[in-house]
Amino acid sequence: MRHPALWRLGITAAVVLALEGLCRSGVISAFTMIAPSQMVVALAGMILHADWFWADARYTFENVGAAIVLSAVPGFVLGLVIHALPRLRRVLNPVLLSYYSVPTFVFYPLLIVIFGINQLSLIVMGAMFGVVAMISSTLTAIDRIPTVYGKVARVLRMDRSATALRIVLPAATPHLFTGLKLAVAYSVIGVIAGEFILATAGLGRRLSLSFNEFDNATMYGLIVLIFIVVAVINSGLQRWEARIYRRWYRS
Amino acid sequence: MKQRWSDYLILVLALTVLWQLAYQLAGPDAITPPLQTVERLGQLVRQEGFWEHARATGLAFACAAVLALVGGLVIGTAIGSSSAAREILSPILETLYSIPKIVLYPVILLIFGLGISAKIAFGAIHGFFPVALFAIGAIRNIRPVLLRTGRVLRLPRLSLARHILVPATLPEIVTGLRIGFSTTLLGTLIGELFASSQGLGFMLVRAMDNHNVPDIMALTLLLFLIATGANSVILAIEHRVHAHGR
Repeated sequence: MRHPALWRLGITAAVVLALEGLCRSGVISAFTMIAPSQMVVALAGMILHADWFWADARYTFENVGAAIVLSAVPGFVLGLVIHALPRLRRVLNPVLLSYYSVPTFVFYPLLIVIFGINQLSLIVMGAMFGVVAMISSTLTAIDRIPTVYGKVARVLRMDRSATALRIVLPAATPHLFTGLKLAVAYSVIGVIAGEFILATAGLGRRLSLSFNEFDNATMYGLIVLIFIVVAVINSGLQRWEARIYRRWYRS
Repeated sequence: MKQRWSDYLILVLALTVLWQLAYQLAGPDAITPPLQTVERLGQLVRQEGFWEHARATGLAFACAAVLALVGGLVIGTAIGSSSAAREILSPILETLYSIPKIVLYPVILLIFGLGISAKIAFGAIHGFFPVALFAIGAIRNIRPVLLRTGRVLRLPRLSLARHILVPATLPEIVTGLRIGFSTTLLGTLIGELFASSQGLGFMLVRAMDNHNVPDIMALTLLLFLIATGANSVILAIEHRVHAHGR
């Protein structure tokens, strides 16, 4: 297959056009779904004219950003600590393996009770969702570092922090990046879902408001916006990841 | 890594102590202590109507799981078997997988209306993508030498599938099924959190609206136990399959 990207574009365009046709001809009623072109128009109108748009968007992106930092950094540090203590790792192993089988959102009501209905609850929700992916990736990353690197550190008499910063971190970068990618995805999901369930602001809350008010234009505009943002972040990270892997494994 | 029973014991003890400490810090307005939560769970289970809610969740989950796992396997294998389809379609599936499904929830409700079919659909779209993606990955990762051996031995299609394709892909497919199982449960429960009048998720949301902390804690504990229990069982099967493959 010579042009997979072109094929993908074609398939996506065909699906969108089919939806457009079905909506315009009334096979899909406007109460269920508005035509894709109308979604884009609604989105543009929202960005240009709605007085809430930038405030809610900023709220959501602040939460997502904080959640990413709070899952990536503690995740890496905890990964280092757990890796250094094999006994602790064995005890925690079942938690790490089954963490993502627990519907984390069931803890959101609990977070609200503890922290209140505010940004902190949302950030903690996103971070809780992402941190374990980062821990697991850090563990895998360190497991895969060739033992000779550790020996070099010992020969050079590097202390723990120097070993972590100058040997472990660079050698583990490709796998850490995979963890970071997951942490980003999970933080986005955690924050938007939390906002959707219960919050005072944010794009997720705006989505649930517009749904409750049968405001399909705003609702589909927001869905398209979230699709685009996630797809852009995702493909950007994927490309970056591919470049890191290429650079690392070329030599 | 060999797991010992003492590890599980330490884990459960440590979690209980942490929980108790959190209670001491946050107070009874936010958290109920472990013992009281277990007691409350015991009461809930005996309460009238509880099993109807549990059955509603179970039924929706079972339907969603069958749709997600069977659909994911069939479509994943179909896409995986053609290298062109794989190259074109798997990035699309990956992007769809990474979208927060919750934004699709209103759309699902508009299409299916309130009730069990919306829950099933929501659970199924959560579980479908990981199963399909793992099936595609499993087929892509078959070592070419195995297929060449099959051709050299002139195996007929059926025995090629039985002796080479299934054993080579099974470990990864089982991993995909486990993750699909969990995400389907997640989707079904989230589906019940909104716009549902039955199920464990609905009970949780009702407790949340009434600010009934003991019920929130007891239900959270119950869902946690169900999810980790199911996951450990499938994980044990997965370990056996992986060990068998080596």
